[in-house]
Amino acid sequence: MTPAEPILEVTGLTKHYPLTRGVVRRRAAGAVRAVDGVDLTLRAGETLGIVGESGCGKSTLARLLVHLERPTAGRVRHRGEDVTGLSGRALKAVRRNVQMVFQDPYTSLNPRMTVGDIVGEPFEIHPEVAPKGERGRKVRELLDVVGLNPEHVNRYPHQFSGGQRQRIGIARALALRPEIVVADEPVSALDVSVQAQVINLLARLQREFGLAYVFIAHDLSVVRHISDRVGVMYLGRIVETGTDEQIYEHPTHPYTQALLSAVPVPDPTARARRDRIILTGDVPSPADIPTGCRFRTRCFKARPRCTEESPLLQLHPTAPHPSACHYAEERTTRT
Amino acid sequence: MRHDDPRTPAPGPAPGTADGAPLLDVRGLRVEFRTRDGVARAVNGVDLRVAAGETLAVLGESGSGKSVTAQAVMGILDTPPGHITGGEVRFRGRDLLTLPEEQRRRLRGAEMAMIFQDALSALNPVLTVGDQLAEMFLVHRGTSRREARARAVELMDRVRIPAAAQRARDYPHQFSGGMRQRVMIAMALALEPALIIADEPTTALDVTVQAQVMDLLAELRREYAMGLVLITHDLGVVADVADRIAVMYAGRIVEEAPVHDLYKAPAHPYTRGLLDSIPRLDRKGTELDAIRGLPPSLTDIPPGCAFHPRCPRARDECLTDVPPLYAAGEDRGSACHFWRECLHDAG
Repeated sequence: MTPAEPILEVTGLTKHYPLTRGVVRRRAAGAVRAVDGVDLTLRAGETLGIVGESGCGKSTLARLLVHLERPTAGRVRHRGEDVTGLSGRALKAVRRNVQMVFQDPYTSLNPRMTVGDIVGEPFEIHPEVAPKGERGRKVRELLDVVGLNPEHVNRYPHQFSGGQRQRIGIARALALRPEIVVADEPVSALDVSVQAQVINLLARLQREFGLAYVFIAHDLSVVRHISDRVGVMYLGRIVETGTDEQIYEHPTHPYTQALLSAVPVPDPTARARRDRIILTGDVPSPADIPTGCRFRTRCFKARPRCTEESPLLQLHPTAPHPSACHYAEERTTRT
Repeated sequence: MRHDDPRTPAPGPAPGTADGAPLLDVRGLRVEFRTRDGVARAVNGVDLRVAAGETLAVLGESGSGKSVTAQAVMGILDTPPGHITGGEVRFRGRDLLTLPEEQRRRLRGAEMAMIFQDALSALNPVLTVGDQLAEMFLVHRGTSRREARARAVELMDRVRIPAAAQRARDYPHQFSGGMRQRVMIAMALALEPALIIADEPTTALDVTVQAQVMDLLAELRREYAMGLVLITHDLGVVADVADRIAVMYAGRIVEEAPVHDLYKAPAHPYTRGLLDSIPRLDRKGTELDAIRGLPPSLTDIPPGCAFHPRCPRARDECLTDVPPLYAAGEDRGSACHFWRECLHDAG
């Protein structure tokens, strides 16, 4: 694929949730820095994968990208146009173009609405997309596209399995013909055999409709499978970004290296060959992010400089793609 | 269930010792749940054998009956709605299913212990972690309170919880997910049981923490020479630690094999399908070979081979004849009429 023009550009995106203390007089007492300065670019028709562990801010990032949350700071541009401060009608127009698929197919569908109503609801909000008389037909078409029986429009979510429910969520996201779909852990609640069906579906829809995906997941294998480019997130920041080849074959950030080495590979003969980095400790709280490099408390390379100076996500002589580590370098012993 | 299987051990008491006789020997286990919507046949004739010092992984998707099997073996199945309708669970030669509840209770914790997926709901939220661990020694061993406390701290140190003496005074919610799972492991290990059943022990954890906990579990298993039954849906985790794998589908074991054999050449189309379904870090493909269709409802299991509606190899006899677990080579079994073809195509 040739690099297309960026349709979504995000710079310095930040979301802090204030922490308060006291009941009568609420005083600010720090903040949870869920997303803390994220830059990313999404081009038409490509998939940008975001990987990270729980608490790294990837779900907040998803909500910011679909304008479900207002950023504390930073800019969001669609096709070069700044949409950061928009509200009302202008924001509604932007939202039409960016849709979301949620993680949990059980709680993200209203149990009292029929599948037809769920998939057709976007047309109620954006009536200009489909005139009233055409909606029934459009909904059936959408169900067919995601591999569900169009005859089932009058059924309720509980009559479907987890994988089928996720297809309903995908049909709803496609209703308005968006250019961008943000998928937050879309397959992690599904069984392996069903997960593969949904991944294949997402790939097919991307080809058919020329969608651009932001695919957020904790499962590194799934992200690699579907992504053209990958960003690795840690405590609210992207610490390394590059093509899937660069991130998975030539990682330079110690966190990416540790993360990749920890992934269980379904091949017992790999047991002996693997060279694992076992990180000690847990991810620090996003309300109390370490000074300097935010990964230094678990890093096997940490030196005094890491405590004082926060590394920027940039190119290094030893790292051909952006990496937020002072000592970014490929490992000599490969996994 | 098992046909022409040379491994079937001679009848009589099997002492769970190092001579290879099974520590745990489950035969023909059947469990059903009687609900308003009908009878859900969760486990339909499961045979399992675990030797001392061996790690057996029970692999399956949700609804395959893997957790229910574990609960029946541990004797913690909710009855009703669950009912054990057949089979034997022999532990060191004794059939647990005919044992009085009082004796079973004494076995639990002391000789066989369980690690759950969700440590937060498995631990008591109003007792400190130290007290909960100490309770094991107080109840089962009758040690003094002081001694029990000391043993608890020792255990926490053992599972590498930093600053164990101080953390023993903390409550479960004050621990991170990985640390809580270590507490669970400590509790399971407390009385040095011969068998541990771990039900999805790392599923709720992040990848980096998952690796820490799995390593710890494998190391402790070696150290204490315990039998370990690892219940999981994750083919990756299994490949890293298991000696043998039993794959479950719709309440039956459809394939059982040493871990290397199973990954190299699966002898059942379902196992093959699972392996082809997972995206792999070490090879990026275009389209995944997904298994078509959905797992069956346990209230309405298809006749014949339960996998036939989703199976690419299904033929007429699969619709009517339930395949037994055929001996598909040395030390492995497959419940597919066409296991020879599967092996042939895989090799």
